Amino acid sequence: MTAKSVGIVVFPGSNCEYDVAAVLEAIGVKTQFIWHGQRDLEGVSGLILPGGFAHGDYLRPGAIARFSPVMSSVVEFANSGRPVLGICNGFQVLTEAGLLAGALQKNALLKFLCEEVELEVASARSSSTSLAETGQRLRLPINHFEGNYTCDADTLNELESNDQVVLRYVENPNGSMNSIAGICSKERNVVGMMPHPERACDDLLGSVDGLQIFKSFASNL
Amino acid sequence: MNGKSMRFQAKVQVWLRSGIADPEGNTVSEAINALGYPGIDDVRMGKIISMNVEADSKESAERRVSEIATSLLSNPVLENAEIQINEA
Repeated sequence: MTAKSVGIVVFPGSNCEYDVAAVLEAIGVKTQFIWHGQRDLEGVSGLILPGGFAHGDYLRPGAIARFSPVMSSVVEFANSGRPVLGICNGFQVLTEAGLLAGALQKNALLKFLCEEVELEVASARSSSTSLAETGQRLRLPINHFEGNYTCDADTLNELESNDQVVLRYVENPNGSMNSIAGICSKERNVVGMMPHPERACDDLLGSVDGLQIFKSFASNL
Repeated sequence: MNGKSMRFQAKVQVWLRSGIADPEGNTVSEAINALGYPGIDDVRMGKIISMNVEADSKESAERRVSEIATSLLSNPVLENAEIQINEA
């Protein structure tokens, strides 16, 4: 392969794949869609699992998607240390697949949230935040019903002591433990976040802070 | 086939683990209180998934359903699964 390319995994019910592709192409990164039913990742250098409602979110978000044929290749790819980013539903899929710790449960107060929120980069040591600065504020939209980050006490301690929390809400909108909006794997190459950076990459949309995430991701391909 | 196969009906109940906030259960609990019924508390929401199973024995049906319950039907981070199996 000549130019490095990012694979965007498309499940039945994904709906943010074109937005993610448009942003990456705009910053000069080649993209290709990887259908959930295939096992071949076609030589891509990074993988993004976009937002949406994979398999209708039936049973639980991500519960059925994690058994899609592509997922065994995604797990192998992630374990090889290459960058993987799950956005919103993609984050839920990565937790169900065991690539990221914990789970996303229904928002506190059962509120569906669709708004722009302020986030703090809690760690710049991840494949999707490496060009940001720790402590930097980002404005990104959230759009979810199940974004309430939950895990057991030991896992939470481990995430905090390993510096695996990458994004925190400045004002916790959904009940997430420790205001967690995004985490990374121990190896720091797999990242999941509830906010949608792809919806904040153009002045017309009110914020370009999402570019930090995609430029970071692109720099680690 | 050696063993003759039998049919069972399995029910898997999925509940949030204790200690995990159950906003749906709390909301229903508040609605019950608002209706004025006395003496109701600890309202919890769960899911029931039922299925027919063909297996050589109840034990083997139980093993299979238990595997399905923990791998797919529930997320052990948040939920517990309880299994009931009866001959169909």
